[in-house]
Amino acid sequence: MLRSGNTLTGNTPLLEVRDLCKSFGALVVADGVSLALRPGARHALIGPNGAGKTTLVNLITGTVQPSGGVILLDGHDITYWPQARRVKRGLARTFQINTLFRGLSVLENVCMAVSERRSLSARLWRRADGRGDVIAEAMELLESVKLDDDAQRQVRELPYGRQRLVELAIALGLHPKVLLLDEPAAGVPSTESHVLLEAVEALPESIAVLMIEHDMDIVFRFAQRITVLVSGAILTEGTPAEVGADPRVREVYLGENVELHGGRR
Amino acid sequence: MEQPAYQNPLRTAAVLPAELLPWLAAGLGFFLFPDYLQLGSQILIMVLFAMSLDMILGYAGIVSLGHAALFGTGAYTAGILSAHVGWSEPLSGLVIAGLVAGAVGFVCGAVILYTRGLTLLMLTLAVTILLQELANEQEHWTGGDDGLQGVVMEPLFGVFEFDLYGQTAYLYALAVLFIMFLAARAIVNSSFGQSLRGIRENERRMHAIGCPVYRQMLRAYTIAAVMAGVAGGLLAQTTEFVALDVLSFERSGDVMIMLILGGTGRLYGAFVGAPLYMILQDQLARLSPEYWLFGIGALLVATILYAPEGMLGLAARCRAWLGREDG
Repeated sequence: MLRSGNTLTGNTPLLEVRDLCKSFGALVVADGVSLALRPGARHALIGPNGAGKTTLVNLITGTVQPSGGVILLDGHDITYWPQARRVKRGLARTFQINTLFRGLSVLENVCMAVSERRSLSARLWRRADGRGDVIAEAMELLESVKLDDDAQRQVRELPYGRQRLVELAIALGLHPKVLLLDEPAAGVPSTESHVLLEAVEALPESIAVLMIEHDMDIVFRFAQRITVLVSGAILTEGTPAEVGADPRVREVYLGENVELHGGRR
Repeated sequence: MEQPAYQNPLRTAAVLPAELLPWLAAGLGFFLFPDYLQLGSQILIMVLFAMSLDMILGYAGIVSLGHAALFGTGAYTAGILSAHVGWSEPLSGLVIAGLVAGAVGFVCGAVILYTRGLTLLMLTLAVTILLQELANEQEHWTGGDDGLQGVVMEPLFGVFEFDLYGQTAYLYALAVLFIMFLAARAIVNSSFGQSLRGIRENERRMHAIGCPVYRQMLRAYTIAAVMAGVAGGLLAQTTEFVALDVLSFERSGDVMIMLILGGTGRLYGAFVGAPLYMILQDQLARLSPEYWLFGIGALLVATILYAPEGMLGLAARCRAWLGREDG
């Protein structure tokens, strides 16, 4: 296997995006986006609705092909790799809207990720329920997000907020080096969002996390750096203090907040 | 060894007593209905065919209206082997029928599985029509519209003649079905089978956890093709005749109705649906040769309305309703 000699230096990015562009016809959804996540990065991506945050995640994970630019994962150019290959190289994501195996149990959902990571899914003959190691690992993951009591329940029976935790547990089961969280707390009652944050905070130091989030309390608690995306382009990037003090960000967000409040009424 | 509380939490762990029922019924049928063994072996063959459809429809979520393409390929392979090549040893003939159907399934699957939904449905249909037309044209090999004559089977293991009453045929079909069933059961309960369920439940997520979805579906399709081919081969060998209708749209439709009646994604749906459909067809046709389809139609409508998960789904719901949780 090809090894890139960057395991020791914390300065080489695990994930690097250079000049990424994507347009659907005349609509530009990614306009020269550049981003670098180093090992241990806790990076937030914020921006008003329609800024292209989810599209960026789709571009990085390979669900959408870019019109231009380069994506590097651990030193490899993965720009045109198929999705599955990126995952095997350590790139995992969660979805903004729950994307789960609703008819299966919570445990089966997580087992799916664990056995895929261990490349067991090509095994035709050995019983899946005989794999105590896979099940034990999945149970550990469920404990870490406080879902162990619900392990045997069907996902569709769980409240939406608890399903969000399954969403996270599946991604963790892939042992990612780079984890992309697309609004992990969306739909989670504020009383339960701490479980989610604690699980994220308990992640190994070595992995890099990019989180899209609207809840500023969560963003400022989680992030070491913040990138602000507006209309597919990066408005600014900096520490939470820098971004919080940036008048342009305030302008964008103030407008958004007012609009949001108006919309909710 | 300590047994953790979550031991064996995935589905269908051990052999349940209910799982023995169909085999018991098939065994008893041999002794109780000696005059119906011809129909009996046809039922067993359709069970195998429906089980093969369940592998792709019930587990991988591939909706196919062209499953007869693979059944017919197996039937013609076994038939032509005997009638034209002179290869009349049944077991090896059946293996070849399965392999040829598997190869056809692999090639077709490699193309059609790039598509989804209606496109996929139409392509499965198109493949069947193409193959049927091919069989119709190649009269020299297939007998065309008249069907393939001259299929003669050597005795099974060189000992058991295929008799007029169909005793050998019945037991032969039953044994093949049992072996195929064991394989199918192992496969759907394996990590691979679990991964197919994942694809059926949420394909997007399977991509996102790094599953080579296309490859998994192609594998499933090829395995199902082998099973369908074996079923077709069995039909050719036990009836010593192959008619064009093995490749017909009706056969694809019939097998899907059988599976839906029984219940998809349960492996045993085929064991309920196929006998139900075929016995009903037999009895209704006796009762009223003109209107038997009406009875089947009514049953199908009732099933879709009141037991959308088929007879087995209905049974599971009744059991849950009675509060007996012995799962």
